[in-house]
Amino acid sequence: MALRKLILGAAAFCFCQIVWAQSPAYGVGRKPTAEEIKAWDISIGPTGKELPAGHGTAKEGAAIYKVKCAGCHGADGYSKNHAPTLIQSKIPRPKEGVVHCLEPCVDDNNTMAVHSPYANVIWDYINRGMPLGREGSLKPDEVYSLTAFLLFRNNVITEAELMSETTLPAVKMPNVNGFAVAEWKHGTPRLQRYP
Amino acid sequence: MSNPSKPNRRGFLKGGTALAGLAAAGGAKEAAAQATNQSAAAKKTEEVIGYGERSRFITSKRYPVAGRHSPDEFGLMFHVLTPLQDSVGIITPSSLHYFATHRGSFIPDIDPKEHRLMIHGMVDRPLIFSVDELKRLPYVTRVHFIECLGNRARAADATVQDTHGLTSCAEWTGVPLSLLLKEAGVQQGAAWIVAEGAEEVKGSSSIPINKAMDDCMVCYAMNGEPIRPQQGFPLRLMVPGFEGIYQIKYLRRIKVVDRHYLTYDDYGHITADPKAAALTNQIGPKSVITYPSGGHKLQGPGFYEISGLAWSGAGAVRGVDVSVNGGRSWQAAELRTPAYPMAHTRFGFHWQWDGQPCTLMSRCTDELGSVQPSRQEVGKYWNDPPERIRVRGNDNTIQPWKVGADGGVTNGLA
Repeated sequence: MALRKLILGAAAFCFCQIVWAQSPAYGVGRKPTAEEIKAWDISIGPTGKELPAGHGTAKEGAAIYKVKCAGCHGADGYSKNHAPTLIQSKIPRPKEGVVHCLEPCVDDNNTMAVHSPYANVIWDYINRGMPLGREGSLKPDEVYSLTAFLLFRNNVITEAELMSETTLPAVKMPNVNGFAVAEWKHGTPRLQRYP
Repeated sequence: MSNPSKPNRRGFLKGGTALAGLAAAGGAKEAAAQATNQSAAAKKTEEVIGYGERSRFITSKRYPVAGRHSPDEFGLMFHVLTPLQDSVGIITPSSLHYFATHRGSFIPDIDPKEHRLMIHGMVDRPLIFSVDELKRLPYVTRVHFIECLGNRARAADATVQDTHGLTSCAEWTGVPLSLLLKEAGVQQGAAWIVAEGAEEVKGSSSIPINKAMDDCMVCYAMNGEPIRPQQGFPLRLMVPGFEGIYQIKYLRRIKVVDRHYLTYDDYGHITADPKAAALTNQIGPKSVITYPSGGHKLQGPGFYEISGLAWSGAGAVRGVDVSVNGGRSWQAAELRTPAYPMAHTRFGFHWQWDGQPCTLMSRCTDELGSVQPSRQEVGKYWNDPPERIRVRGNDNTIQPWKVGADGGVTNGLA
């Protein structure tokens, strides 16, 4: 039985190699330069290996937040104007005057700094998507500072902790185990015995 | 006479002879009116000859999801519903195809000459393509639906546009993603791709490599013309059968990686429950009756052709059953179009309405034999109390439409 599994596994492995590892057939397109790849590649994965060198603290972040973020997100990370809630509150927010929040609704239950699986994801999203209208304009040190500020204000790190390309990926996020990833296979139902 | 002279001759007749005739009759007022009509006609020439429009008597329109401003006060966030109650066949006109810009993004105004797609990461040969270069490569044309995970019927919804309008179906043309990935040479250990758009928030989603190598396409055309800006001009990733957020618009970059990157757009809609996760990315077997549906009014007892759409993220639709008695009994409907994999499929069912109140339902079975469930069956699976059924992941439950004695049709969930 074990041997059969091994043979099947080896066969599957060989199949993958045949299908995927091919030499170029068409020769269309060109090779990007290392600089081009570096400039375009803004995806920061779970290991944080793509993070650029830089650092920042919550204190530095607070000053940047006041100028570049508070306008939409509110001085305390909460605003009635639809912008995602950034700082969690244990006290229920007043409901009056609140318009429908963005979908998926980012409120006190799923605030990014508490809900996201890795601190790197916060860095990634601030870097690529903020601030509104000037996306991608923040310098690495500013993004480290803002990430530190949000993590501190949501009680994930202390105010003194310096966030950098080495310390950020090591932050223990409270919800790191909060995400189940389903395996996908062609031609199989989504979930066995689901009606 | 050869064809090219025809438009000129017609133009002459319209602009010259007709006016001259009116002037000769001495009707100055009529002539002025005619002149106005004539200049309107000239304006219309672009429409008649250049780019056609539908009849002014046809008013079917998209609108935003109820209770949500689109755009909102930041000028952001659209979730716009397709008028399925007016749909026929399986192709949604591009102007009526639903769209959503996730996490707030404007529709970018991209010059296709400037646009590039980069493939990099765990590949032997990183590559950059212009749109014209992609068009030189072998392509495929396929019919596929797209559906938003937020496409869920609520009791307060009045029409099928409200309950199911976040799905549409179009003919897509593009290069198989597997071809591009093979061209780049995927390395051993690659497990996911991260696909990214060029809009200002650069929305990005992670897709398993076996799906990427299976049937995904890098599309540049939709319904016989370049993809519309709302739909991702100039390039859109098609991930057949997966929820809408994976169909990355304004596609600019594909990075091959060794693990799930759980981006901001990925983690927002999954939880720790592996069963719920299994019900998210791939759309389940689903169908809905589009005629008669909420807001329609039957003119009295007699013959009606029930018409609807069925689809599944797992493959082709195998069959559709219709119930005219609230699910007590089911009869096979006829498929009226080819059943393409991961595409809307039109079904029809002959029905004699006896004038009595009744409830109409449809139920899809896909090529794997998976059957569309009722809300009650889903509630039982999750042990939800009957009054508080929560459908996890994609909501593919059966939609009931109530027909009243007066012929009025309303949402059966209400």
